[in-house]
Amino acid sequence: MQMQRKKGFVGKVTIHVLLIIGALLSVFPLYWMFVMATQPNHVINKLPPAVVPGDKLVENFRNVLENVDFFGAMWNSFIVASLTTLGVLFFSSLAGFAFAKLQFKGREKLFAVILITMMIPPQLGLIPQYFIITKLGWLNDLKAIIVPGLVNAFGIFWMRQYIKDAIPDELIEAAKIDGCSIFRVYWNIVVPSILPAFATLGILTFMFVWNDFLWPLTVLRDESSYTIQIAIRALQDAYVKDYGMILSGTFWATLPLVVVFLMFNKLFISSLTQGSVKQ
Amino acid sequence: MVSHNHTNATVRPKGLSDKKKTALAGYLFISPFFLLFTIFGAFPMLFSFYLAFQKWNGFGEMTFVGVKNFSFIFTDPLFWKSIYNTIVIGLLGTGPQLIAALILAVALNSAIVKFKSVFRVAYFVPNVTSIVAVAIIFTVLFSEQEAGLVNATLSLFGISPVSWQTSEWGAKIAIATMIFWRWVGYNSIIFLAGLQSIPKDLYEAAEIDGAKKWQQFLFITVPMLKPIIVFVVFTATIGSLQIFAEPLIFGSGFREESMTIVLYLWREAFSNNAFGTASATAVSLFLLIIVFTTINFFASNRLDKSGK
Repeated sequence: MQMQRKKGFVGKVTIHVLLIIGALLSVFPLYWMFVMATQPNHVINKLPPAVVPGDKLVENFRNVLENVDFFGAMWNSFIVASLTTLGVLFFSSLAGFAFAKLQFKGREKLFAVILITMMIPPQLGLIPQYFIITKLGWLNDLKAIIVPGLVNAFGIFWMRQYIKDAIPDELIEAAKIDGCSIFRVYWNIVVPSILPAFATLGILTFMFVWNDFLWPLTVLRDESSYTIQIAIRALQDAYVKDYGMILSGTFWATLPLVVVFLMFNKLFISSLTQGSVKQ
Repeated sequence: MVSHNHTNATVRPKGLSDKKKTALAGYLFISPFFLLFTIFGAFPMLFSFYLAFQKWNGFGEMTFVGVKNFSFIFTDPLFWKSIYNTIVIGLLGTGPQLIAALILAVALNSAIVKFKSVFRVAYFVPNVTSIVAVAIIFTVLFSEQEAGLVNATLSLFGISPVSWQTSEWGAKIAIATMIFWRWVGYNSIIFLAGLQSIPKDLYEAAEIDGAKKWQQFLFITVPMLKPIIVFVVFTATIGSLQIFAEPLIFGSGFREESMTIVLYLWREAFSNNAFGTASATAVSLFLLIIVFTTINFFASNRLDKSGK
């Protein structure tokens, strides 16, 4: 009995120690990014490596501002991510509502088409997409990112699942009998009942757009249109590599999302698991 | 608009019937997706197949060249290198990562572990970080200098410094590490959700029958988790065939050791202005994804049968 308890205790300690080491390894690169963002450039490759913050936080960031329009790029990212998110929430919930609750011919087939589009790699159409944007005159214009992203298959799939479970058919029928137009049903009944679905899809979309790289890199060539990811990449591309400065840029660009994540981590994590399990 | 509809519903004159109105609204509500998908999804994809048989520099006339673009890339050693690199980096970055994610999920699901939510946050936070930031951080961590943090750490164990950016395996291992770091928490959360849906009494019954912990893992957890495992392997496979940002930023451009398929495609298009060969690469990538998806599909079906 004594033996058994002791064995259990050792196992418990081991598992915790391993989990703590893993967690430290997981967080360390981010902590280290902060440390380097506060150090002068020559410290980067010094032995022993610096592991505590220095005093160059402000100076490094000032260098960032000299090299790229950091706040302009943050603003662009904010505009792109919020408008895309609003679009995705509105159009995906409308379509999700239609697929979940409205009867029309070909409904199941059209939904299957939407699911199939999720499997096609976005790179397949990259080059023609670039020329369509050029033809529209949207090169170096934030519209090039926002408009194609306004609604997507995943959003519709997500909303359909949620609306199907969350809203009883009788409620919709009753509203229709009361003379509500179908859009009124959507606006007054569906929207208020799916706020949690909005929150999670909103977070996922915002994060995805904020972190997107390939497509913005392709269509945003002018510095005034850079999103923050492209601006950071431009920092790294600079002729003289000042890593204190570069990591200061990545640090300040990463901070907002990490703070939002820490505030809403429960929502973040539960949304993710819902999305996968319901597949 | 409201009053108009109201009259429609009560008096119901010549206008549309209720059923037709519902159907019309349905089509209207789903039309934004199909409109945008036609313009920015379907049309570009089809056009890629057309472009793959043209020679075009993006400005002048297109000329039909048949399969020349394909024979060009298929005889370019760099194209095959990029496929090889993509597969090797994909395997290195996702194989060990998924195993680690599964073990991590089991640990986080175990009743004896405390501070679960703290661990969950710590393991998930890398995924919130953008690929660009991750690639830059790891560029500095994997600096080629002796004093680069990874090299300095290795030297503590008597391992001589590795040129991470410019050596065949160094670049691949470094990029795979970034992928591992960014996705292990994400995938473990997905696994965790699957674990929590496994009924507890299965384990209790096994416990009574005298099954050891590892037996329970192998004969209850893994089979019950199969749909989630298949889903994660699918998404990880397709994701790793599309690796682009990490090698571009880490290798500082188009280095041979870390050239991936999408990087090759992007270089052909936007650096060499060879949109025909770039499109041929896109088509090849598409076919490759189909091949891998089919393999995955059959493998998971086989698993299904052997499980029963």
